[in-house]
Amino acid sequence: MSSEATGDLVLVLRRLGGTVTGGVARLGYMARFLGAILWYTPMALRRLHLTVREIYFSGVLSLVIILMSGLFVGMVLSLQGYEVLRRYSAQEQLGIVVALSLVKELGPVIGGLLFASRAGSAITAEIGLMKATEQLSAMEMMAVDPIARVVAPRFWAGVISMPLLAALFSAFGIFGGYLIGVRVIGIDAGAFWGQMQAGVNFWPDITNGIIKSIVFGAAVSLIAVIEGYDAKPTAEGVSSATTRTVVVSSLAILALDFVLTVFMFRGVGL
Amino acid sequence: MNRAAIDLWVGVFVAIGLGAILFLALKVGNLLTLDRTPSYRVEANFDNIGGLKLRSPVKAAGVVVGRVESIRLDPKTYAAVVTMRLDRDYEFSKDTIASINTSGLLGEVYVGLDAGGDTAMLKDGDHIGKTQSAVVIEKLISQFLFDKAAQGGAGK
Repeated sequence: MSSEATGDLVLVLRRLGGTVTGGVARLGYMARFLGAILWYTPMALRRLHLTVREIYFSGVLSLVIILMSGLFVGMVLSLQGYEVLRRYSAQEQLGIVVALSLVKELGPVIGGLLFASRAGSAITAEIGLMKATEQLSAMEMMAVDPIARVVAPRFWAGVISMPLLAALFSAFGIFGGYLIGVRVIGIDAGAFWGQMQAGVNFWPDITNGIIKSIVFGAAVSLIAVIEGYDAKPTAEGVSSATTRTVVVSSLAILALDFVLTVFMFRGVGL
Repeated sequence: MNRAAIDLWVGVFVAIGLGAILFLALKVGNLLTLDRTPSYRVEANFDNIGGLKLRSPVKAAGVVVGRVESIRLDPKTYAAVVTMRLDRDYEFSKDTIASINTSGLLGEVYVGLDAGGDTAMLKDGDHIGKTQSAVVIEKLISQFLFDKAAQGGAGK
């Protein structure tokens, strides 16, 4: 082996090592950041109106996009599901198909993706701009911890809003499925709801969906506040941090969804 | 936007969010059914349970009266032991026959209970003696073919 090839190999290995240690360090940083948020939570909750305000910005203002998407996703599911079920003349099972896929997967996942792009990006941009305009430093000068005052309320607002938004997404999706399945296609309403109730269990189906949405809410909010807090204090830095929030939290949602689903399958005993 | 308006909006948001969870629980998931009502357990042995699953319904005359709670294999007799949780409101006589049926050709598999004439009723932990196993379509077809072949042989 020539010395040049050995040099290349060392370079590749060094780069690989750098990537791995960088990733681990980043993970550790995120865990410590989460620890700091939890540590300052009692202090943040003493000023409850800060969290309520953030629920308004990330929850209430996301309502329209969540409800509209839920309705349309439910309607499409109903059409496509009917198309497949009709081949086995099992159209009456449409209620189960629509409800289970919304409650277990689509509600939390699509809700989470929309939440990341609607609310997560806004949180990152806001905190990033606060940093760029040195508001965070000013707070520290006044002995106000920015994590207690700015970060923790936004984090908890996301954790609280996300399950509610996912439940609304699923509920509106099921309503959309009902509109198409029963009102337009003409499946018997009693069969639609009856099959749905026989096939969907509160425990574990709906609770699994709620657990997923809480985890996604925490993941998106954590990523959003960290990216904002770490953004370079320039216009460019804030814009790239906002982009990173959407990309990283979308990937995190999809990866976490897979991991959670694997664990939940095992829990059911399949 | 002032604080009172934000509080109001957040209140509305949380209320409809919880309402959606309630809707999912009650209307979609049917939470307030057999899980909450008082119930009792009975067991039954089957030679073959076919496609019976956990939480499959137990029906009497087509009415859901309980759910399958556990399914295990008896290691000595190699019979499937199915534990069912039945609604307290419904009582069945000791000589009830349990059978495994399918609703429709591809429909769900359920345990059917046919009540007998005994005056003593099944109690918690009782064992249903008379059972009828699932019909396995493959076996049925092969039996039919063998019968046909036997008939053909005898006819010659």
